Amino acid sequence: MNITIHSTFLPHDDPETSLAFYRDTLGFETRNDVGYGGMRWITIGPAGQPGISIVLYPPAATPGLTDDERRTIAEMMAKGTYATILFATKDLDGAFARLQAAKVEIVEEPTEQPYGVRDCAVRDPAGNMIRIQQLR
Amino acid sequence: MTSRPTAAQQLRDLARLRRVRDRIDREYAQPLDLETLARDAGMSAGHLSRQFRIAYGEPPYAYLMTRRIERAMALLRRGDLSVTEVCFAVGCGSLGTFTTRFTELVGMPPGSYRRQEASATEGMPSCVAKQVTRPIRNREAPAPEPQLASPPLPT
Repeated sequence: MNITIHSTFLPHDDPETSLAFYRDTLGFETRNDVGYGGMRWITIGPAGQPGISIVLYPPAATPGLTDDERRTIAEMMAKGTYATILFATKDLDGAFARLQAAKVEIVEEPTEQPYGVRDCAVRDPAGNMIRIQQLR
Repeated sequence: MTSRPTAAQQLRDLARLRRVRDRIDREYAQPLDLETLARDAGMSAGHLSRQFRIAYGEPPYAYLMTRRIERAMALLRRGDLSVTEVCFAVGCGSLGTFTTRFTELVGMPPGSYRRQEASATEGMPSCVAKQVTRPIRNREAPAPEPQLASPPLPT
């Protein structure tokens, strides 16, 4: 078997602000943008890597959720404990400078971590935790 | 009587608490205190403390100290910094407070921890050392939660 990771999902609470972050600040390309019932699913990914994508999705549209569960997800997103993704780049300092210039919410400046990576952490507009580590 | 906040307002309030928490993670090495955090977030100190505790299970000052001690553990394991140097490097202004809180959270004073860790990982492959020395966040808290400031580690 040879299975690749095709898509992963990150929640958004405002499609335009999330899209602006991933497209304009991180430089990702938009691959698909699907609207249904006033909600949007936006597929994005880094240029040059067409095989792996992130789908920005509206978590409230997940079928089978109770109202309590929907509220809990919205609250966890707001308080920053819901979703995380890890990125990597050869130029961490360049990426961080770009995030800082775009007034993104910074959680940690580039730091040498005791577990052996050098990384920084920021929030995307929906409160998701984005960590970017240096490739070395 | 105060009315129940609307759902949208409640989410805005939670996002505000998130920014306070992220600021603690970001600026733990600065001389932060509850009054500064509250003022910059546009809240009273008491309100921030209560709401933060409801959202995250511990008040902001405890979260700040846990963050500092966690970073101190990492710096002490390096072995090239003294306890006093580490204390100031993580933003603690008082060696006494630092030592007390460190001992509460880690189970031994920082000096003992430094000596123990310096010899414990000697000769150990670095991938093993990384696993066994992983800091346990806030082990005295009643409801431990995963630590936001560091990524999940490969196991």
